Amino acid sequence: MSRFRTTRGGRIDRSRPVRFRFDGRDYEGFAGDTLAAALLASGVHLLGRSFKYHRPRGILAAGAEEPNALVTVVRDAARRTPNLRATQIEVYEGLVAESQNRWPSLALDVGAVNGLFAAFLPAGFYNKTFMWPRSAWHALYEPRIRAAAGLGVAPGLPDPDRYAQRYAHCDVLVVGAGPAGLAAAAGAASAGARVILCDEQHEFGGSLLAERGATIDAMAAADWIVAQHAALASNPRVTLLPRTTAFGYFPHNNVGLCERITDHLARPPAALPRERLWQVRAREVIFATGAIERPLVFPGNDRPGVMLASAARSYLNRYGVQVGSRAVVLAGSDAAYAAALDLAAGGVAIALIADVREPGRAQGPAATAARDAGLAVETSMTALGTSGRRRVSGVHLGRVGNDGSIRPAASLRCDVLLMSGGYTPSVHLHSQSRGKLEFDAAFGAFVPGTAAERTRCAGGVRATHTLGAALEDGAAAGVAAALAATGHAAAAHRYAARLPEARLEGTPGALPQPAGAVPPAKAFVDFQNDVTTRDLALARREGFESIEHIKRYTTTGMATDQGKTSGLNALGFVAAESERRIPEVGLTTYRMPYTPVTFGSFAGVARGELFDPLRKTPSHDWVVAQGGVFEDVGQWKRTRYFPLGGESLRAAVDRECLAVRQHVGMFDASTLGKIEVVGRDAATFLNRLYVNNWSTLAPGRARYGILLRDDGFVYDDGVVARLAEDRFHVTTTTGGAARVFGMMEDYIQTEWTDLSVWITSTTEQWAVIALQGPRARDVLAGLVSGVDLSPAALPHMAVAHGRICGVPMMLFRVSFSGELGFEINVPADYGAETWAAIHAAGQAHRITPYGTEAMHVLRAEKGYIIVGQDTDGTMTPDDAGVAWAIGKAKSDFVGKRGLARAALRRPDRKQLVGLATVDPGVVLEEGAQVVATPGQAVPLQMIGHVTSSYHSPVLGRSIALAAIVGGRARTGQTLYVPMPGADIPVQVTPPVFYDRDGARLNA
Amino acid sequence: MLIIDCPYCGPRPELEFAHGGQAHVVRPADPAAASDDDWLQYLYLRDNTRGVFAERWRHARGCGRFFNALRDTTTDQFLATYRAGEQPPAVPRDRP
Repeated sequence: MSRFRTTRGGRIDRSRPVRFRFDGRDYEGFAGDTLAAALLASGVHLLGRSFKYHRPRGILAAGAEEPNALVTVVRDAARRTPNLRATQIEVYEGLVAESQNRWPSLALDVGAVNGLFAAFLPAGFYNKTFMWPRSAWHALYEPRIRAAAGLGVAPGLPDPDRYAQRYAHCDVLVVGAGPAGLAAAAGAASAGARVILCDEQHEFGGSLLAERGATIDAMAAADWIVAQHAALASNPRVTLLPRTTAFGYFPHNNVGLCERITDHLARPPAALPRERLWQVRAREVIFATGAIERPLVFPGNDRPGVMLASAARSYLNRYGVQVGSRAVVLAGSDAAYAAALDLAAGGVAIALIADVREPGRAQGPAATAARDAGLAVETSMTALGTSGRRRVSGVHLGRVGNDGSIRPAASLRCDVLLMSGGYTPSVHLHSQSRGKLEFDAAFGAFVPGTAAERTRCAGGVRATHTLGAALEDGAAAGVAAALAATGHAAAAHRYAARLPEARLEGTPGALPQPAGAVPPAKAFVDFQNDVTTRDLALARREGFESIEHIKRYTTTGMATDQGKTSGLNALGFVAAESERRIPEVGLTTYRMPYTPVTFGSFAGVARGELFDPLRKTPSHDWVVAQGGVFEDVGQWKRTRYFPLGGESLRAAVDRECLAVRQHVGMFDASTLGKIEVVGRDAATFLNRLYVNNWSTLAPGRARYGILLRDDGFVYDDGVVARLAEDRFHVTTTTGGAARVFGMMEDYIQTEWTDLSVWITSTTEQWAVIALQGPRARDVLAGLVSGVDLSPAALPHMAVAHGRICGVPMMLFRVSFSGELGFEINVPADYGAETWAAIHAAGQAHRITPYGTEAMHVLRAEKGYIIVGQDTDGTMTPDDAGVAWAIGKAKSDFVGKRGLARAALRRPDRKQLVGLATVDPGVVLEEGAQVVATPGQAVPLQMIGHVTSSYHSPVLGRSIALAAIVGGRARTGQTLYVPMPGADIPVQVTPPVFYDRDGARLNA
Repeated sequence: MLIIDCPYCGPRPELEFAHGGQAHVVRPADPAAASDDDWLQYLYLRDNTRGVFAERWRHARGCGRFFNALRDTTTDQFLATYRAGEQPPAVPRDRP
């Protein structure tokens, strides 16, 4: 089966064969193989269909830069991971992988007709074609385009795997464990630094893993890697992270790493997370991220079997796989010669090395060695096209004359076409850190310039040419980083390395084609997004000059591979077309992630119940047992209503409301924000902050307080009780607690530092049970001690201390329902049993638990506002009808000057009023607009909006609150609420609908 | 994620902090005497500095203290942090 496997050599474990499945067929590979290597060993080159044209695509590369060979790995119905690069998937026994973007099968893909109509799919096609009619976009175009042009399919089930996250600190983080990275880690460790070394591959060594014959310090490279790894692993100050991709750089040396823990295992242990997201904070960071070989751009360069020379070399030397039987090598850099030499020695026939450079530039040591080995070399060549359908079968070469003219030279048969356009340093992380990039014209690529953070680059990413230079660079960076991080100096180890030099420079762009002739096939620049030279040329003809615009118009470099193989060629092509130099064309931004990261690793454990902290009230378990229905209020779970025997929401709320009006209801108000304000200047502080006058509030009494911002708009409200001369208990809205606390701290710390006052959040310390209704006192009477409940001793807005069921209690006589009411505050830990005790004692008085829905109806019947519902951040106390609370004699409070602004004093501001629908059965929609006259043409002259609207069971009709321009002066007028079908007539009323004189409240 | 040096606790990650807007915005001592223009300036108008900017931070999920910082808005580097009420320290103009 594996007829392209060599008989020996490579880093695979030939004693451990593994069977796997690709597109329903069984294959065999060895431990240590990638999926790409194992498939190539079986002669499989066709791995996928391209994004836009559904063209057959094979394996281009051997690493993270692979743009074509994207597959889905399937473990079970919930564990389907799409868009994985076959070049990075480690094979394991039983691995199941599927190709993508093909139907019905990879070999016969109906969508490939896109290729036949390719002339109609130019750059900007989607922008141009699917603009009209607009309504068709969501219904028709987008679903079809998504189905036709796409990547893998996401699993439809929740991800059953676990994902871990951890933070880590170190002196030196080294990204990349190639020769430079290993030398850097060793250098930093030798100075005593705490080092983290990560690499995306499962074994360290980087480019060395694909080398034959390299030696370092008189050791074979493979042995040197082992020794280096062992030395680092035995150092307790060094953390080694293989299978770990540094996917993003974030400010101040915060680097995101994604460690793949179980993806390579046939049977992942249940105890292990699938991946671990590391957030590393390093004093110094070293990017030893290497360089990536560039493809050459010529017609038909995307056929399966056309691959990077370095990849062919890697498959042979590392995996023992011949990528074909007969190769033509297109050399745009000397690296191609090294590959040709290795492949020739490995039994692959080299038909020709066609050097696309002129003779003078094809003279490096590698070229000389190839000629010496008897390989045929031609210079000044270009590729005019390829033949073959699902696999390359030949290449048509041309020769570039001294005058630039191009003549056909030869058509050569081959089953693999290798190319090397030079190398592109992997500057992604350096660029993400806002480090500068400089164009190295001789090398033909951007290289790292000045760092913006405490980072440095080492090795191939800096375009070093030799192994010795990379090692030296790495060692120097390691000791320098350690010195900067720790102050400890060490001498950089001097490595003695031997490896034939292969110069890696090249010329980005496209190979020359005959002038005027229409190319026979597309020349792909971006394989993953199917962007061709024609698309780039078209974008330029249509006026796009900036590379950022060209990128967006053509989508070059915007695929999941982030343009690793395409970015510089696109730049080179555009530069040549516009007769500019590459740096003049500019450079697109490198963005994270370097390679795609699963959502799971970002989410970690923050899923389901743990997605957001959940706050439960003391009655929570009791409510669950009673079948109460909860609603989310911020992070709180509050009871919305208590349905009895299959009651509807409306029926339950009506019953609960009437129970409060007729008997007594109980309500868990523990979510109210509570802040204790203490100190000699507590009253002064509250006087400055709230609109009210607190000096006149006696201990043991409470008052409704209003808090504004300095612009004069209502910010929060709540009952404030004075517990002692120097002690206030401030309540806030449920949602406003944290921001009110923050605002108080702000003024105390930064504005009124003269005050002696302290605040403490006590929201979670008190359970608050509201007991509301004519029989509330009767229920309480049997439970409390040490408190005189009589109206004379404990009138409305009074506070007393005592005990309830033996538990210390702070008792407020307050009401948010308009009935006789108490709020029983007990230490939170006693909340549940106090709740249960009150409910039991209340049975004799027909006590009824009620939820937020009934609470809203009850308060609206009384015209009590809810800040944030009836106010919207642009309402003054007067707008909201609560200006009576303002302490008129105070010289200043937060918002007083703001209220004095002319715009806030206009008579035509929106004011809160009541609305009564003419038809009492109609309940208005909250948020509905209000107009003065019916039957208006669009645009309607809107004069206000409905803020609260309910059915009131006690009144037997609907009620609503609304903010209406000049509303109070309109009392008695008929206005209209325009809704689909009809304008609903409503009458403006005062905002208090029930018990306007407050007799019930003061009972 | 930025590292912010709380003057009370030392360097901590950004997620412990809440940004508090421009620093050294003074609330008029006698608001009633402030003109509409002065009040407008105090309420709404803020600098949008390219370069070194004095801003407020609160160590909201730490000590809870407000403090000030000098941050270069072009590089996100903090040049100094200092306590509320203190004047900003002098920083070299050409600091990276």
